[in-house]
Amino acid sequence: MARIGVLIEARGGEVKKTALGALAAARQDRENEVYALLFGDHAEACKGVLRQYGADRIVAIRTPEADISPFPDVQAGALAAAIDRFQLDAILGVSGQTGRDLLARIASIAGAPLVLDCMDIDFPSGIVKKSHFSGKTTATLRLNGRPWILGIRPNIFPERIDPRQGDTVVYEATVPTSKRLVIREVKQGSSGGPDVSEAEIIISGGRAVGSAENFRILKECASVLGAAVGASRAAVDAGFASHAMQVGQTGKTVSPRLYIACGISGSVQHFAGMKTAKVIVAVNNDPDAPIFQKCDYGLLGDLFEVVPALTRALGRAQAPRIGHNEG
Amino acid sequence: MKIYVCVKHVPDTAANIRPLGGAAFDETVKFIVNPYDEYALEQALRIRESGSGAEVIAVTVGKEVATSTLRTALAMGADRSILVKTDAYFTDSVETGRLLHSAVSRDGSPDLILTGRQSVDTEGMQIPYRLGVLFDMPVAVNVVTFSMVEGRVTVEREIEADVREVIEMTTPCVVGAAKGLNRPRCPTLPDMMKAKKKEIRVIPRADLGFPPPIPTVELLGLQAVPDRGRGTILEGDPEKMVRELLRLLREEARVL
Ligand SMILES: Cc1cc2nc3c(=O)[nH]c(=O)nc-3n(C[C@H](O)[C@H](O)[C@H](O)COP(=O)(O)OP(=O)(O)OC[C@H]3O[C@@H](n4cnc5c(N)ncnc54)[C@H](O)[C@@H]3O)c2cc1C
Ligand SMILES: Nc1ncnc2c1ncn2[C@@H]1O[C@H](COP(=O)(O)O)[C@@H](O)[C@H]1O
Repeated sequence: MARIGVLIEARGGEVKKTALGALAAARQDRENEVYALLFGDHAEACKGVLRQYGADRIVAIRTPEADISPFPDVQAGALAAAIDRFQLDAILGVSGQTGRDLLARIASIAGAPLVLDCMDIDFPSGIVKKSHFSGKTTATLRLNGRPWILGIRPNIFPERIDPRQGDTVVYEATVPTSKRLVIREVKQGSSGGPDVSEAEIIISGGRAVGSAENFRILKECASVLGAAVGASRAAVDAGFASHAMQVGQTGKTVSPRLYIACGISGSVQHFAGMKTAKVIVAVNNDPDAPIFQKCDYGLLGDLFEVVPALTRALGRAQAPRIGHNEG
Repeated sequence: MKIYVCVKHVPDTAANIRPLGGAAFDETVKFIVNPYDEYALEQALRIRESGSGAEVIAVTVGKEVATSTLRTALAMGADRSILVKTDAYFTDSVETGRLLHSAVSRDGSPDLILTGRQSVDTEGMQIPYRLGVLFDMPVAVNVVTFSMVEGRVTVEREIEADVREVIEMTTPCVVGAAKGLNRPRCPTLPDMMKAKKKEIRVIPRADLGFPPPIPTVELLGLQAVPDRGRGTILEGDPEKMVRELLRLLREEARVL
């Protein structure tokens, strides 16, 4: 049996859906005892959901500093201290942009082995799988020594209802407040829209979209699909889309259940970022486009006709099942 | 002022990776400087050129052949370089962090350490954080803007589509560069000639005095991930195509 601490990311008093996937990943092994770890102010609001999705215990972490959101070092210090306090064998979180940062800080403080972006975890043996060489190979890795710090790739483990006791304990962590690093501000850009890294449906545009203005047709389709909008590097480099939207080798790695690539040729580097999507749809007007050789469904046509048609068809069908994007 | 830039020797991102059993793969493919590390190096060069007169030192942990990546870094403009020479291609991150820390500490006292946000081969996403703890410095990773004024570093780090954290750190600190930070320069032929005269100090791993490594994360095997084959291709009238697509997505793939 292992005791697993699951890092719970919450926003506005609500547990992020991907965090429920982390609980399910920890629960895979029936023997595991699962501790949901979260900072004090979220615990009360989230406890119902956490119990329902498999938390044996809920640990509300408090620190001397009341608001630690600007201090990632302090957050990581408190979580590293919780490993000792609760004798945790592992800490599991979601390998999104925020989780990744925190998990790497915890592992470094604890001098512990860390594997981010895990696609498979076997607790009894300590064997995990993750991508190496940008999606071209899957590496099988064994963790030696404890505690293990693990981040799962978002959307790989579906959440599962598994009601548990879920008593809440308050843990007062004593960590020195370091003022060497401060998050001064969180800047919200203009384009808005959900982030691709945790989205369940993504519609992406490539060079062929032609301008930033034309990305509007993808955004319209995304809003009826409940999708996030992504882009190829060619589209980003041409200034049609922001860096944050780039999918691929030098952009984001995504695992949505549906990925729709519009006017994207299907380079190795683009695939590096979206290869693990459950279903890939390609819209391209070139019958020889490489992407048609490695997708599930291909639509041979002009994206400027196909995408608006898709938006209309979805609009007509009404109430498509909205993806639970939380990005 | 000393700026250390960690650069890794990795297979070209377009290279075909052929696993050969266990942790082995066909290493005869083309190798390049880890793309994110170019942003890190470019940033270091800009700091030097902005009049700070900093010395820029490229450091790598890798096999002997990794000297070619150091040559590229020298051609881009690094002043000198250090190779911590290992026997195996893969080094676990705890070990890599320790070796980088040891080699850099012996060389000098860093005012700034720049790295990429991740290696494109092992996708570890952790070396800058490990260095932060080993050197006792604050760390920010996934950095897309950088400025340094009077011993304080301000960076913007991308956390979501169009959402950025503005982070302020004291120096010395560790910064993990992401795409968008700058546009790395391409070395010219004369740059490459000049680089031949610059120093590559080779330190065999054994000389750093660590016992043989016991990996905390051990690579047991690599498996090629096959591409999915040719998909079902629809053509003709856009309206009809999308209707058929939606039917397939709902009934066959069950993703809508
Ligand atoms: C180190 C490195 C890292 C990289 N990282 C990334 C990365 O992270 N992400 C990434 O995407 N790329 C990356 N690339 C770039 C990659 O190699 C490709 O250049 C890029 O993905 C091409 O983008 P694209 O498919 O949008 O453009 P193109 O290759 O130009 O493809 C455009 C496609 O649109 C089709 N088309 C044209 N008009 C229409 C129309 N009206 N309707 C429908 N289809 C149309 C064309 O047939 C073509 O297939 C990287 C490259 C390198 C060297
Ligand atoms: N073997 C290495 N030699 C030098 N720098 C490295 C090495 N491995 C990782 N790094 C640096 O650490 C960054 C993050 O790597 P990783 O944690 O492996 O994803 C890279 O972009 C490099 O700057």
